[in-house]
Amino acid sequence: MSLDKATVRKIAQLARLQVTEEAEQAMVGELNAILAFVEQLNQVDTAGVPPMTSVVEMRLRMRADEVTEGGDPEAVLANAPERAGDFFLVPKVVG
Amino acid sequence: MSALTDLTLAEQRDGLRAKEFSAVELAEASIAAMAEARALNAMVVETPERARADAARADARIARGEAGALEGIPVAVKDIFCTKGVGTTAASHILNGFVPTYESTVTAKLWNAGAVLVGKSNMDEFAMGSSNETSYYGRVENPWRRKGDNRGLVPGGSSGGSAAAVAARIVGGATGTDTGGSIRQPAALTGTVGIKPTYGRCSRYGIIAFASSLDQAGPMTRTVRDAAIMLGVMAGFDPKDSTSVDVAVPDYEAVLDKGVKGLRIGIPKEYRLDGMSAEIAALWQRGADWLRAAGAEVHEVSLPHTSYALPAYYIVAPAEASSNLARYDGVRYGLRAGGDNLTAMYENTRGEGFGAEVRRRVMIGTYVLSAGYYDAYYRKAQQVRTLIARDFKHAFDDVDAILTPASPTPAFAFGDKTDDPIAMYLNDVFTVPVNLAGLPGLAVPAGLNAQGIPLGLQVVGRAFDEATVLRVGRALEQAADFTMMPEPWWRS
Repeated sequence: MSLDKATVRKIAQLARLQVTEEAEQAMVGELNAILAFVEQLNQVDTAGVPPMTSVVEMRLRMRADEVTEGGDPEAVLANAPERAGDFFLVPKVVG
Repeated sequence: MSALTDLTLAEQRDGLRAKEFSAVELAEASIAAMAEARALNAMVVETPERARADAARADARIARGEAGALEGIPVAVKDIFCTKGVGTTAASHILNGFVPTYESTVTAKLWNAGAVLVGKSNMDEFAMGSSNETSYYGRVENPWRRKGDNRGLVPGGSSGGSAAAVAARIVGGATGTDTGGSIRQPAALTGTVGIKPTYGRCSRYGIIAFASSLDQAGPMTRTVRDAAIMLGVMAGFDPKDSTSVDVAVPDYEAVLDKGVKGLRIGIPKEYRLDGMSAEIAALWQRGADWLRAAGAEVHEVSLPHTSYALPAYYIVAPAEASSNLARYDGVRYGLRAGGDNLTAMYENTRGEGFGAEVRRRVMIGTYVLSAGYYDAYYRKAQQVRTLIARDFKHAFDDVDAILTPASPTPAFAFGDKTDDPIAMYLNDVFTVPVNLAGLPGLAVPAGLNAQGIPLGLQVVGRAFDEATVLRVGRALEQAADFTMMPEPWWRS
């Protein structure tokens, strides 16, 4: 599988990454090298092998459905690039 | 008397308790060492005032007989741990100006035990790198240089600032995180000790996420004893991390000197790579001989899927990273770039805020998770991961610990591998399988090469058996008798 420039542009859009024309060209080569490297996995017979879903043998715990923290808008908004009252401000979404 | 900063963490602890010096004096020594070592660029934030206040509090607690396990001990914290009120950026421009309003569990444990924060250490951006050259705040230089050669060397990465700070004797201990080798490889390249605990042993709460199924925090120190002390404080169950495991944390320091007599040590034959350098092969052999001489039984084991670990890692880690890094959108924290509409603002913020290696991994991750490719890449990689974990499980039927080199080469020069991502990725060939299987791994310095720079060995153990890993590490450390220090060329 080999990526072309159009595919790289599409992935960049999916990833919401502004990529310059020049960087796009460089990325075609870099990403293809990495994909060629991971192609080796096709040599491994994984028929019937379950994909790892838990790194160590454990079950996820259940917890009571209770509010344990929150109610502190100042802490949540402290790092906001732009805010208005208790809201985050973003560029206009609807015209 | 030698400088207070030359003392190991255990010696600092004992000296403080015996009131040979105060925590304030020790903090001042550490602050001065940090200021003198700015040429290394090991720190991204210095917190001298915080350190002085922490130290004064520690002295008061020591006077009252209430000293915690790390009371009055200066530490550096990798800039990937959120520290309340202290800027945290994971060395990325996209977190420009971010000051957490909460504390990571691991660092909270350090402060509860009395540790003193001297600053945040530099790292590869979002922990993506093996040379500490991807930091937005500039590369870190290794305190070690080749004999008769003034050219700078990389400290390894991603916890390169922590490794350099410990090797240069700014602090006796620092925190690191390890996703594919980011504690162990820099430890090996700087002649320091670093342990990546079992996945689930240290809480990930408040650690900026890279690849959530691989990330683990651990200590970086100059001795195995110091690593044992620090790990004991950092480890433990935390309800705030759903993958934190509720098992008791042993007294690691108490079991250190039990020796390795009767332990079975495995040498994985697949780690004998084609083209392995003679110095690394000799180092590995020497390590096996040392353990045998100390009474361990050493024999070969097989980990047949070893060569597939790196390719599996370079699917799993970028996939998880692309998902984790989706949160950096310029809305809630950090950098915001301009844009006419919301999408343009997202794209401009992320394009400007992420460095080249992070962009590359976000792109790979997005691609392998995109419609139609999930099964071919991510699912396949997670299947291979199951096979790698099984390999270790089978090996541990026959042995108690596994011995390997920690890195395929010693420290290399700046720029050597920056143009070739795959060459850089190969640095982690011995460490990545351990993360994929979630096991504990320790890097311990084992000597200097012919050019006079450090080489390290790695000990891998069963899940949650850090105690045996540390015991084996201690035996290697004793046999290696590694007491060499880098020449302090960086002192201004």
